[in-house]
Amino acid sequence: MSLSKDEMAARVAADIPDGSFVNLGIGQPTLVADHLTSGSGVVLHTENGLLNMGPAAVGDAIDPDLTNAGKQPVTERPGSSYFSSADSFAMMRGGHLDVCVLGAFQVSASGDIANWHTGEPDAIPAVGGAMDLAIGAKRVFVMMTLFAKDGTPKLVPSCSYPLTGVGCVDRVYTDVAVFQVGAGGVQVLDTFGITFDELAERLDVSLRPA
Amino acid sequence: MRICASAAEAVAGIEDGSTVLIGGFGMAGMPVALIDALIEQGASDLTVVSNNAGNGDTGLAALLAQGRVRKMICSFPRQHDSWVFDGLYRAGKIELELVPQGNLAERMRAAGAGIGAFFTPTGVGTPLAEGKETREIDGRTYVLEYPIRGDVALVGAHRADRMGNLVYRKTARNFGPVMATAAATTIAQVSRVVETGDLDPEAVVTPSIYVDRVVAV
Repeated sequence: MSLSKDEMAARVAADIPDGSFVNLGIGQPTLVADHLTSGSGVVLHTENGLLNMGPAAVGDAIDPDLTNAGKQPVTERPGSSYFSSADSFAMMRGGHLDVCVLGAFQVSASGDIANWHTGEPDAIPAVGGAMDLAIGAKRVFVMMTLFAKDGTPKLVPSCSYPLTGVGCVDRVYTDVAVFQVGAGGVQVLDTFGITFDELAERLDVSLRPA
Repeated sequence: MRICASAAEAVAGIEDGSTVLIGGFGMAGMPVALIDALIEQGASDLTVVSNNAGNGDTGLAALLAQGRVRKMICSFPRQHDSWVFDGLYRAGKIELELVPQGNLAERMRAAGAGIGAFFTPTGVGTPLAEGKETREIDGRTYVLEYPIRGDVALVGAHRADRMGNLVYRKTARNFGPVMATAAATTIAQVSRVVETGDLDPEAVVTPSIYVDRVVAV
């Protein structure tokens, strides 16, 4: 059986080492937070200037001055800290974050990522912190479905969408498989309801078994 | 440093064609009263530097809707409630310079810190680095980025003292501190002005040297 979004998030969370400083991108990666156990010591960073972010705020806890990168109301945990955008991106660019989890339109076999712009003429481009995260975090995890709605693979020999970063992705977590990508090529680490041979058949990149 | 009696007094003298740095991440930290006063004041042909390009119909979105902004420099214009910017952009009525968020912050930091330009790894190999100078340093490729300097910064802070020292509140801090350093004139909107000496010097985030005008709203 292929994984649901929630199961994918749990699979990503299981690979985040205890005590890591982690940034979760907007959209699906946000779900990863629900699967980090309180004893893991993982500290969540949000690009708009908070370390040790807590869960979404509800009811009286909603404070317009306390939001995440998706501008949703969130909470702070004991031991949190606030800082300016310049400091927040210095943390990223300076290699202080252990892991970031990003969504993507496409990832290439060598670890390029495209996730900010479809390149369509009337699309309004928006990049936010994606390029800084992609090159800054020590390890970059991507979370996405492996195939687009029309069946086209999103793990590709080279990205056709405009790039966010070059050679920066380490792992790709999808609904049907987990891949290690990068200079060493693509290795299949795990499969869900699909065989290695079926993957090799449907993808245009050469695969190595785990 | 001047404590102003009104937002109108605080924004007086902003000229047509100015580059205006506007704090906020979405609505958190956005100096809405100053922007409303700027709309009343009438300056036009502005270049606005802000992380987003307005939300809903208030604040920065209202300034854009008035046709006062010639160019937006920002990282993330497209949002679920950015219909004002979206309409202007699609109609070709506003210019957009899209800048990765960390480069946006660092380019203003550089302006405020007297740095002539800097090499950053962010954006290398992407369309946002096209045509820019690159250099390999210790085996890694970097792209050259230049400062963004403002004529005016409008920032939203929590409290000021009468000297202009500022403290912020939670994630509403965001771009305020860096913008305050990067403009010729920095104008802060705060919820309260306290007496000099009432802010803990260890807790001041923006020192008074960067602040020119303050208004409590």
